[in-house]
Amino acid sequence: MPVLTEIPGATVEPAAESLFESAMSQRVDLPQAPGPDAESRAWVVALRDGAPDREDATRRLHDLLLRAARFEINRRRASHPHLRGGDLDDLANQAANDALLAILRKLSTYRGDSRFTTWAYKFALLEAAVRVRRRAWQGKELPIEPAHWSVMADGGDSPGQAAEDAELLEFIKDAMRTELSAHQREVLVAVALNDVPIDVLADRLDTTRGALYKTIHDARKKLRSHLAAASLRFETELEGSGDRP
Amino acid sequence: MSEIPGHDYNHLAKRLLGPGEPELTCEECFEHLDRYVELELSGQDADAAIPGMAPHLMGCPACGEDHRSLRDLVSSE
Repeated sequence: MPVLTEIPGATVEPAAESLFESAMSQRVDLPQAPGPDAESRAWVVALRDGAPDREDATRRLHDLLLRAARFEINRRRASHPHLRGGDLDDLANQAANDALLAILRKLSTYRGDSRFTTWAYKFALLEAAVRVRRRAWQGKELPIEPAHWSVMADGGDSPGQAAEDAELLEFIKDAMRTELSAHQREVLVAVALNDVPIDVLADRLDTTRGALYKTIHDARKKLRSHLAAASLRFETELEGSGDRP
Repeated sequence: MSEIPGHDYNHLAKRLLGPGEPELTCEECFEHLDRYVELELSGQDADAAIPGMAPHLMGCPACGEDHRSLRDLVSSE
């Protein structure tokens, strides 16, 4: 559980270079897995330009991608009741088509770190998820003002840890106003507080998901530095958090 | 003014401040997601094999969703 901790005599800690930041200047090379298994190698061989069974392999791959896209869309149906059956099947087909093109274009980059089908699925899931999120927010104004500010400002009567957390949130709220640029504040509020999908926001701002997440990363780093300067610390345990299954 | 439960204050702070430790970028997350999921599903230490992935999945809602989807799809096979 995250905790608010007083750090006696703490000063602003120099932020260690993160994987994120080092990746801005150079690629992070992680240990690689052994090469592909026989079935995965067969997929790659069959999908290469000029392969005799390429057409059949492409059709089989499209079937797999369509299944993955439908899986993704079905799991999101409950949260997007305005999407109808015909729309959803169109979205699934579009996602499978674009995923297939992306896979064929990137086939030479497949290293066999996972089974070929797992590698391929992630393209279809991404394409489907992005489409559903875009469709869900189509024509809607994106909220960039914090919807939770009013409740964040209260909490003085809360007992124990809740009162500490409320106090911390009030401190963060002030820091967001004084330490962040208007762009950083708007992006952080939209994505982290108001649940605007990052790829939808990227579309509206004519930028990329990666660039926007860098903005969020930099904003969070500023906020944490400001907390440290005030001898406050917020620790986030990754395991068992509500955001992780 | 309404009051929200203490765990929600905590949850909001977590969303605003993020993981607070080195993490991958969205692009790197996508690149390694398939291997990460297979390591998880085979019971291996995916976080040790791909450092920075877990913090990113906690900090980036979209990548977190992508991760859950791929894991659930592969495990359903």
